[in-house]
Amino acid sequence: MAKLIPVPDDLSKPFWDAINEKRLVVQNCTGCNTMQYPPRAACQHCGSDKFEWKETSGKGHILSFFVTYDGRYQRRIPDQPYNVAIVTLDEDPGINFYANLGGQPPRQVPVGAAVEVVFEEVAPGQLIHDWKVVS
Amino acid sequence: MTTEYTGWTRNKEGLGLWPHQGKVAIVGWGQSDVDRRWDGVSMDKTYGAYGMKAIQQALDDAGVKAEDVDGMFVCPETGAGATGGASADWGPSRPYFEPPYDSEWGLSRLNAKWIIDNMPGFTNVKFAPDNVPAIGEQMGMVSQAVAEGKCQTALLVYGMNNFEGRYRHGGDNASDFAPGPRQWSAPWSSGDGLQLTGAITIQQYCARYGVNWDELMAPVIINEHRNGLMHDWGFYSLHGASGLTYEDYANARPVLWPCRIWDCDRPTNGVGAFLFTTGDRAKDMKQKPVYVLNHNGGQGGSVRSSQETLDESEAGRAMVARMAYEGSGLRPEDVDIFNPYDGYSFFLPLTLEGFGWHGVGKGDSKDFFNGDISVEGPHPFTSGGGNLGVGRTRTAMYIDSIQQLRGTAGKRQVNIKAETAICAFAPARSAAYMCLSSVKP
Ligand SMILES: [Zn+2]
Repeated sequence: MAKLIPVPDDLSKPFWDAINEKRLVVQNCTGCNTMQYPPRAACQHCGSDKFEWKETSGKGHILSFFVTYDGRYQRRIPDQPYNVAIVTLDEDPGINFYANLGGQPPRQVPVGAAVEVVFEEVAPGQLIHDWKVVS
Repeated sequence: MTTEYTGWTRNKEGLGLWPHQGKVAIVGWGQSDVDRRWDGVSMDKTYGAYGMKAIQQALDDAGVKAEDVDGMFVCPETGAGATGGASADWGPSRPYFEPPYDSEWGLSRLNAKWIIDNMPGFTNVKFAPDNVPAIGEQMGMVSQAVAEGKCQTALLVYGMNNFEGRYRHGGDNASDFAPGPRQWSAPWSSGDGLQLTGAITIQQYCARYGVNWDELMAPVIINEHRNGLMHDWGFYSLHGASGLTYEDYANARPVLWPCRIWDCDRPTNGVGAFLFTTGDRAKDMKQKPVYVLNHNGGQGGSVRSSQETLDESEAGRAMVARMAYEGSGLRPEDVDIFNPYDGYSFFLPLTLEGFGWHGVGKGDSKDFFNGDISVEGPHPFTSGGGNLGVGRTRTAMYIDSIQQLRGTAGKRQVNIKAETAICAFAPARSAAYMCLSSVKP
């Protein structure tokens, strides 16, 4: 699978550095103790700009999905059809992630099932986080 | 003449009734033919030629001369946007033509200068901002400008262009890299933006309310195709009816399954135009005035994480509905004509339920769509046929509402009362709804 390659910026570099060490972290607001993903400059809940990076359990559940048959990203066209799922994080289900659930046949997505984070190299030295169904 | 115009957007709750009710009316509309693409040869079917045709129709409809127009609001964007690639921009892959088709202006884009340079009579245009948004908020911008006296008689021009080439497969979508906000979605997903957001949300909707996607969507899409054929300018009216059936829909090629090709509006080449004026001037014009009761812009609610969830979709729709009702003074039961945006079919159930039109609440859309939603019946939902019924013009919602309130919708004219309308180009949680009335407030 040739996935698009994320380009870290000032805000996201610590996140992607952690991913490259196979750790899934999210922002945690030191003002109100609320988790935030994707990272933002300010806390959506209280407006604070003070965060720590908090390591997650890497465990989640599948909320919903669709299957891309005719997508717009040129780099992914050879992979079609493929699943695109939404995974909620167990410690805060208000946090969600996209997932391709490698290994699940298209349309065969067990909504509600438990998943765990996996890491996949999309370019030399650049990992991304994806998810797999826990059997 | 070029003027920036800001601060006009009504983008939050608590603003009360629009204080200019009765001071602004829509008095004319025009719409060019709607083709699948410009063929690169027919100079009478270019984007620019179609723009001039629509403008002339809008002027003639109102009985107004070009000299009378002192405001011009032209959205300068190309229809397919920054990722449009070859379908959006004529250059650089194809050579330009003799003037006035020697640049993108007139081929893929329009602005006030190109129109004034190429159409006779626009000698009195004094207010023509550059920063004109897409038609949803553009309608509000023009309404507010006329209300504030920036201009007295204003032309709104909005088109969607389409050339040979795959739609939205260019620009960032052709890149191997995902910078900026895309780093959080593009590595895993396909459809960008609304395509992705909406398909996921409706999958969640189907699971929560125990609804089958085909049974939810097929009846409303088929009805929109039927309504769309009752315009003489729509894509299917000019180029052949779709003949869409339930079986065709259910067996159609998937795009983002379970979303099919018929859930997506068909990119087309065409231009629409609308004429606005003051309530005082409107009284003496050719047509029955359609008064603006309210306009809104901005977004309803926010999204906490990567993906908008069904709860966030529903809360956002409920908020934009409250904004529209607050600003217009209408209650759900006061709205006769309801033409929400349907660029993807799956916006329709959430918007219908958010506005509570004809008493439809959360999870009720499937039963409503499977009842009588024909224009002849008691619940003529999307009587204009929307983008799905006429092609991706984003104008049918407005044209039909104007016609219904004038009583000139012909075969589409509803049998129920038609004095008020809510209509929109308002994707997802956009608040860009227009509230209209045939009765002066
Ligand atoms: Zn906070």
